[in-house]
Amino acid sequence: MHPIPPGTRDVLPDEMRELRRLHLAMIEVFESRGYGEVSTPAIEYDAVLARGDGRTADSAYRFFDERGDLLALRSDMTIPIARLVASRYAGAEQPLRLCYLANAFRAVRPQRGQMREFAQAGVELIGAPAPDGTAEIVEVLEATLDAAGLDRAVIGLGDADLYRQLLNELGIEGEARDSILDRLAAHDLVGLEVELSALDGIGDEQVATCIALSQLRGGKEVLDEARSLGGAAVERATARLGETFEALEARGVADRVQIDLGLLRDLGYYSGAILEVYDPALGHVLGGGGRYDELLERFGVNLPAAGFALYLERVHVAQMEEESVGGGAR
Amino acid sequence: MGQARGEGPLRLAVPRGALLGETLDALDAIGIDTSEVRGESRSLIFETEGLTLVTMRPSDVPTYVEAGAADVGITGKDVLLEQHDRVVYELLDLRFGRCRMVLAGRKGDQRLGESQRRLGMMRIATKYPRTAERHFEQTGRQVEVIDVKGSVELAPLIGLADGIVDLVATGRTLEENDLEVREEILECTARFVANRVAHKLRAREVDGLTGKLREGLAR
Repeated sequence: MHPIPPGTRDVLPDEMRELRRLHLAMIEVFESRGYGEVSTPAIEYDAVLARGDGRTADSAYRFFDERGDLLALRSDMTIPIARLVASRYAGAEQPLRLCYLANAFRAVRPQRGQMREFAQAGVELIGAPAPDGTAEIVEVLEATLDAAGLDRAVIGLGDADLYRQLLNELGIEGEARDSILDRLAAHDLVGLEVELSALDGIGDEQVATCIALSQLRGGKEVLDEARSLGGAAVERATARLGETFEALEARGVADRVQIDLGLLRDLGYYSGAILEVYDPALGHVLGGGGRYDELLERFGVNLPAAGFALYLERVHVAQMEEESVGGGAR
Repeated sequence: MGQARGEGPLRLAVPRGALLGETLDALDAIGIDTSEVRGESRSLIFETEGLTLVTMRPSDVPTYVEAGAADVGITGKDVLLEQHDRVVYELLDLRFGRCRMVLAGRKGDQRLGESQRRLGMMRIATKYPRTAERHFEQTGRQVEVIDVKGSVELAPLIGLADGIVDLVATGRTLEENDLEVREEILECTARFVANRVAHKLRAREVDGLTGKLREGLAR
């Protein structure tokens, strides 16, 4: 046998045929809504990716070219598209609608639906501010899930700034802040309680608030529950979420959206609304996205933006699971 | 089981072995009938009112829960630390199954210190290689971690290792093998964990079970 690197795989015709069908169905949804497909190189200068997000740029695969420049395989498409927009579309009419199907690379523990090289299908909407830009993204996402036959899929809607602002309000900074954000992202509630309680000036009530907040998820009513926990950061986040949710209702796409105050995305460029996609047939997240209003500025153009990406292989797994359930079969 | 994922009662991964008794007690305390699990049956899956109990090795619990094959589970913190790259939500400290992860050496034996001073590193036998490595790295010491599967106490007795990193509940096993605790690394208890997607999509049921278990602890 001739080996291939861990976390990569060959795709044979039966699977490829299904992946292609899925891919075409998704691109058709994107194109029909005015999103034009783009392609960017799989390798980029490491410094360019790091400009987008220091943490994402922790790419699994880096190497030098013949001139000694440090290159990296992209770990998602949002940063390359931010670069592309800044350099190819300067002064173009807004908003800009772009979509892609592309492979990206991350150092993960390989398992079904989670490989080190994986395909993502997604869209980026550049120059459309919140809340309506966010609502458009959710609308496209729902249409994409429908096209894939995942009618049971649910979209989680959260706020990327909530905990950063809440921790600022509590006066938690530096290493303690990063460590607490990590615990929140991992939903390690036991560790979160231990760490928060160990900090000076944080009372039991504030610890309880922080933990209760991270467990609030459901319909519009959770915004009121959150508000009752108090604080300026919570007030701001719930106001933003409320506006977004109203914009979703106005477009008639709020039914499959679950408001989730415990949502944190591990990429550093998100701000405001963030999204995550789940299907009951699969234990892993199908994809995610959100607003990244400050990312383009790092590339020299100040434009609000939002997008989402679905893991193509995971959507395919979910599709097969749903078919075996019977309900989702097409 | 004809049930589709995401339907039917929540699936709870129940650890067999040392944690089983107290896990079942905790479930009894919140009104779940565990008599079948306690019986002689060789089944692995037990249907109870409102909850499907799936029994497995404690170290398999994170695997099943991460993949969503089980929605929620109970296992030791030692297992979660050793498999810290598995994505599961740790929702509750159940406070039973208390034990300590320790560094132990032979009584009256200077091998640990001697090896570190004269050879620059200690040889440590353990069933928890990643937890051990992390501990020594954080405390600035170089070690050779030797991964063993069976009775780890054997290793220092016949010269495979200078010391061991292992879980200790009563300390009797150490005592019987002429070993003593040199350092406490951390304290472990049983934890209630949830799959990421189940935590979102079956929020009410997961929260309900978490709440009942928490109330059970308070009693």
